[in-house]
This record gives sequence, C-alpha cells and structure tokens, in this order.
Amino acid sequence: MCGNEALSEAAIIAGLDAYFGYPITPQNEITAYMSRRMPEQGKVFVQSESELAAINMVFGASATGKRSMTTSSSPGISLMQEGISYLAGAELPAVVVNVMRGGPGLGNISPSQGDYFQATRGGGHGDYKTIVIAPSSVQELADSMSRAFDLADIYRMTVLILADGILGQMMEPVVLDKKPKPPLPAKDWALTGAKQRPQNIVRSLWLKDGALEKLNYKLQEKYRQVQKNETRCEQYMVDDADIVIVAYGIVARIAISAVNKARQEGIKAGLIRPITLWPFPTEQIDKASEELRIFLVVEMSCGQMVDDVKLAIAGKSPVVFHGRPGGGVPSVDEILEKIRQLTVRNSV
Amino acid sequence: MQDANNNFYEEILIAGFGGQGILLAGKLLAQAAMKTGHEVTCMPSYGAEVRGGTANCMLVMSNQPIASPMVVSCNSLIAMNKASLDKFAPCIKSAGLLIMNSSLIDEMPKLDKSIEILAVPADEIAVELGNQKVANMVVLGAYLQRRGVISPDAAAACMEDVIAKHHHRTVPINTQAIHKGAEFART
Repeated sequence: MCGNEALSEAAIIAGLDAYFGYPITPQNEITAYMSRRMPEQGKVFVQSESELAAINMVFGASATGKRSMTTSSSPGISLMQEGISYLAGAELPAVVVNVMRGGPGLGNISPSQGDYFQATRGGGHGDYKTIVIAPSSVQELADSMSRAFDLADIYRMTVLILADGILGQMMEPVVLDKKPKPPLPAKDWALTGAKQRPQNIVRSLWLKDGALEKLNYKLQEKYRQVQKNETRCEQYMVDDADIVIVAYGIVARIAISAVNKARQEGIKAGLIRPITLWPFPTEQIDKASEELRIFLVVEMSCGQMVDDVKLAIAGKSPVVFHGRPGGGVPSVDEILEKIRQLTVRNSV
Repeated sequence: MQDANNNFYEEILIAGFGGQGILLAGKLLAQAAMKTGHEVTCMPSYGAEVRGGTANCMLVMSNQPIASPMVVSCNSLIAMNKASLDKFAPCIKSAGLLIMNSSLIDEMPKLDKSIEILAVPADEIAVELGNQKVANMVVLGAYLQRRGVISPDAAAACMEDVIAKHHHRTVPINTQAIHKGAEFART
C-alpha cells in the first residue's frame, strides 16, 4: 500500500465517521480512497468546494461528537489555518493530515518539510498548539492514525499528522492493527440534542470580561499536560556517539542509512528522531547534549527544526545544519559526507 | 547485490515516460517482493502530466529492514526510452545490470565494462502479443529472469493484485508478456 492509502484505511479502522477534503497532489490518493471506502462503510464523505469549507465541515462534525478529519498538502493546509485556530478556541478534537510539498506559494509536487514552523507553532492566529506527529514509514503512518484520533478526543485538540510527498507516495508492506481499543470517556460536551440535559455550547468567541484569558490559561494547562505525557522520540545508536543527527520523517530514514555507513567507517554516529514535533523532545535532546558531541540537524527545508534543537541544547554542544529546500531531497552520501567533514574537523 | 553473509540489497530504477506503465511495473515488482517474503520499498516519481512526462520508480529489495527508500545509484536499471537511459545510466553501480527497451533506443550506451547490458525489443514483442502497452511487462520479465531474486512466475501470480478490477481482462496478456520477456532473457 502507498502511505496515503494506508493512512486512509487506518483512519477508517480507528472509527472515522466523516471525511472532508479537497484534492491536491501529493495526497490525492487519500481523497480518492475515502470517496470509495467511506460510503461503503455507511460513513460520510464530502468533497468540499475548497479547503476552507473542508476544515469548517470538520468543525461542524466534530462539534456533534463524531470523529472527523481532513487531509491536504501545504498550500491547502495554509488555507485551513483559520479553521484550525477556531477548533483550538472551541476545544474541538480533529485530525488533519498534511502531506507536505515544496513551497512557498504553489511550489511544486515534490516532497518537502517546509511547513515545520507552521505546524509546530500553532499555525493560525492566537495562543494555541496542535499535537504534531511525524511518522517515518508507511507502517508508522498507519499506526499513527488511531493514536491521533485518541489524542484528539482525550485532549480535545487538533492532531496534525505531518508527512511528506515521499511518505504519501511510497509503497511498503503494512500490517493494519484491527484490535479494538479501550473506549474513551463519553463526549459530554458534544452537541447531541439537549433533551433531558442542560444545553451544550461550542464556541470560540469569549466576549465577557476575563473569559478569554481564563480559557487561554486552561488551554496552556492542557498543553503542559500534553508536553508531560505525549512527547515521543526514537534514539538510534546515540549512547556512544560522537556525532548525533537529528532528523524527522522520511529524512530520518535516509539519515539512518548514513549512520550505518558511517559506523562501517568507524565513525561513531547516532540519530535522534523526534516522533512528536510538538511537543518537541526537548528533554531527550538536552540530555544527549550533556556529553560534548556534535549535533547535525538534517531537514528538507532551509532550517526550521534546527531552532528547536538549538533551544534544547542551549549552547552546550555545537549544532550544525544541513538542508535541502523546496523539493530537494538530501541523499545518504550527502549526509555521510557531512558527517565525515564534521568528525574530521573535530578530531584535529 | 549479495555479500558473504548472504545478505542482499538490490536497488532498482525503472524509468520511462508517462503512459509506459512504469508505475504498474514497479508496483507489481514490489507486490511480488512482499509476497515472496522480502523487505521492499517502492517510491514512484512522476511529472504532473498524465502522459508524456517523465515517470520513474525506485525500488529497494532486501532481506534486511530498509532504511532509506531513495535510490541514487542502482544495481539494476530498466530504461524504457532514450531520455531515461541518458539520465540514469550513470547511476548504475559497477557489475550492475541494464535492461533497455531497444525498440525506442537505437544505440548501445557506452558504459563500464562490468555492467551487463540486455537490449530487449519490448515494444515489438508487445505488439506481437497484441498490445503495445504490455512492453513494461516484457522488460520486467527479462529483468526477473536475469536477476533471479524473484521468479517471473511469482510476479505473474501477483498480477490481479495490482491491476485495477475494471482492467482485469488484461491480466492474461500482461502475464504472457512477463513470460515472453523472461523467455527473451533466457535465449
């Protein structure tokens, strides 16, 4: 299965009730797959007239307590930012998938990681965050879906799956986990008809004096809980490493090949792969930087996650960046060469 | 491709123009690799055009977990037209294999002597079978026969998995094309 199809089927298994989307490459396989599979399941599929409509349909479906999602690629996700901000203000769960392509503007259809800042800083207006999960294989992309829906429901916030054109398009063997999950608490806030109970109100407009500030403190407390409980990262051969690559998504896969080749040459290289980009594995990277070692951040951008790595390390170890922007993909040999240069300079 | 510990790591590029069935050939190979118990990644890449743009497919097959799915240099190249051959021939590793569609490529490329070249008149063979569109399966059959990682039979058995249901009437001719290609590579 290709990544786009795998995540679609995994979302259906996770109990997706309603899918809303507007086509854009390189994630069209999702919309196509959903247009066939959702009606088969007796669930809702709507091809909206725009990305703006799609995210607001997600808002509406989510307000009724149903699991809903939308998917798009970079330019479409930009259009959705207003809606995502409203979802945050109304504390509604939602799952959004961004299969990133090269930007800025309409860019092109090749893979990119240029939307890191947008994804991890909230993206729209206001003081809010979304949980950002960055899988690095088709299997992990599929596995992330049920976790994304659970996290969205538990914390009542948007979970963004940040993939890229390679992960969406590439095919790998996948095993879909069909085991039923333990039920989550009932959504007593949802709009389900107010017979025999006080009415629920879903809104992001808080005009009463002090009400908005109160909401924001509540959101911030929720985000602290997410940071405490939901941060994930993978470490590969970090313990004895002189040089640690930090990379996420498909770039981490390429970087592991470079780490393996470097090890064959006797260079002690390792990899830290943030799985959640927000919350960022600041503590894990901070801990790894307690010993003096070089950190090489590799991204398909001009340098975005590198800022978070620098914040985590706070000057304790040198941080070097290597990136390919706007549709360029770093190669194994390119990363290996960088590792060689940095370790030679260090040992002199 | 195979080392002393019997580990193998085969990187393949299939390249041509949109409409030649590059992606279908890649999908079939990936499906067959999965069904025969190999680790496999398959990464298609194509222009925004439906027909006539560039199309290629990068595959990695191994008995070990695969880290990077990106193929920069390959053990095997299947080139379906001249432009793809010119672009990707320099990527073939020494002792590699080149399968080229000699129906659309009229001159032999100058390559390192260690590289084996098999010129397959794929379009002609496909036309003889009754449909030029199965040229992709002819070259794939030739590749499978020469490389020996997956048998042509194992690949042919996956045909129904990768061809859309409404095209299933083409399964027999596609299967024939695989075997014709394999036969060509044997002789």
